[in-house]
Amino acid sequence: MKKIKLIDFVHARSGDKGDAANVGVIAFTNKGYDLLNKYLTADKVKVFFDGICLGKVERYELPNLNALNFILHNTLGGGGTVSTKLDAQGKTIASAILRMELQVEEEDYKIFTNQDPEQK
Amino acid sequence: MKEKIRIASGQGFWGDLIDAPVNQVMHGQIDYLVMDYLAEVTMSILQKQKNKNPELGYARDIPELMKRILPECKQKGIKIITNGGGVNPVSCAKACYKVAKELGVKGLKIAVVHGDNILDSIDSLLQQGAQLNNMESGEPIAAVKEKLLSANVYFGAFPIVEALRKGADIVITGRTTDTGLTLAPMIYEFGWKESDWNLMAAGTVAGHILECGAQATGGNFLGDWESIENFEDIGFPIAEAFSTGEVVITKHETLGGIVTVETVSEQLLYEIGDPKNYITPDCVADFTSIHLTQAGENRVEISGVKGTPATPFYKVSCSYDDGYSAVGTLTYSWPKALAKAKKADSILRGRLRNLGLQFDEIRTEFVGYNACHGPLVKVDEEALSEIMLRVAVRSHDRNSVERFGRELAPLILTGPPSVTGFAGGRPKASDVVAYWPALIEKSLVKPLVEIIEQV
Repeated sequence: MKKIKLIDFVHARSGDKGDAANVGVIAFTNKGYDLLNKYLTADKVKVFFDGICLGKVERYELPNLNALNFILHNTLGGGGTVSTKLDAQGKTIASAILRMELQVEEEDYKIFTNQDPEQK
Repeated sequence: MKEKIRIASGQGFWGDLIDAPVNQVMHGQIDYLVMDYLAEVTMSILQKQKNKNPELGYARDIPELMKRILPECKQKGIKIITNGGGVNPVSCAKACYKVAKELGVKGLKIAVVHGDNILDSIDSLLQQGAQLNNMESGEPIAAVKEKLLSANVYFGAFPIVEALRKGADIVITGRTTDTGLTLAPMIYEFGWKESDWNLMAAGTVAGHILECGAQATGGNFLGDWESIENFEDIGFPIAEAFSTGEVVITKHETLGGIVTVETVSEQLLYEIGDPKNYITPDCVADFTSIHLTQAGENRVEISGVKGTPATPFYKVSCSYDDGYSAVGTLTYSWPKALAKAKKADSILRGRLRNLGLQFDEIRTEFVGYNACHGPLVKVDEEALSEIMLRVAVRSHDRNSVERFGRELAPLILTGPPSVTGFAGGRPKASDVVAYWPALIEKSLVKPLVEIIEQV
């Protein structure tokens, strides 16, 4: 297994939907999206945001944008207007997910790095 | 019928860059200027203003803005569409006419769209069979009916289309969807049919990209943001729409920012749920059908957008009083900045407890340490040079919230050392306005579209 950091191959944007936050995770390349789609599961996101996301995590695929969209329920302390959080609207959840690392199979890692020499 | 129009976004929320709409009008050719002023909380603020003064209740930035752009817009034939009419679009229209008169702008036609404000007709709507249960929790509206501050239906593009057909130069609406502001001129100019769901979806997707202003042109971009030039004069997005349903997102060349597949993709993913079902009053757009192509520098082409029929419901946004809150901060410096802030928090909480105050919530955050990313943060605490202690409280007892405000400053002389940053005075109790989203059958409410005559 090889370790890859999300910050090295994706960008993201987050916002609020009531007490839920949404975070869209976008791979810079098609190969990056293949990795995201294979390894970035709703369960992994739920575990990663333990203590922040208190509800379930939903996952949606947008292959046309090389993106996944996650809905993190019960995350914003009651929602935009009621929440006492500094980040009441979940604006910084997008940068938080960049801290994630994924363990990927050697084969996938090779495809990701070799066939994509431009990848940073 | 035109084959192409240019629709410019001038405002992403009430409080956005004041000069943005002026720049959109002055820095190049556009046909429409669309401005979103309404967030969920805005309607309750506007309703409170109207309760105090029946002439208010709209975004007062609008008449101010008209002073700067009206002659140019009238001369060039640029039409203006905004939902900044809030809970009083008629007074907003009158204020704009007053500006026109002062400037000597003649022959102006302003239309308003209202009928969205159902605060005074909730009971009769319930009698007619409306449910208005909370969309998220399912709770019946009876729980909050007596505490309601505002209740507004989200209308879509078609009332605006009607206003344009009546010859309006300016359309001022109450609660209209952000996407409807952009879709409406496409329907009007291209003669699109209401049932052509793919076209409705194409215009809706363009509206979603425009609705947050510069968030589509490099603002808040988490990709390579450091490479973006001229943030000072950032250009807001422009949708170059074609009658076939293709749209190119661009910006004025002379302004800053960037328009790339990446910046547009980030905005497409902003605040969405199930991407296959992006629901508006006008259609259900499928965001997984959107095809983006970099068609040149600062030009992103959108094609292939698919849509399905609109639902029989409008969304309703209600707000109600839900107690009080206050936020206070103090800053502690090295050494042991975090330990000092933590100790101060524990002293504060002890004092609040000893006073027997009632709180629904006391939240402590350490700004500069983990306020944004919470338990994900792993840093050497000793290396932290300074920490802002931020404590926020919420309660239905106003006295408790006010007393909290008086307990913060004493920590400076009665707690841990190296503390500063209390120049702002005591934290004040402010009203907590909670939000109640619901649905209502379209047949139960009717948008009203009228031309306001200049007096």
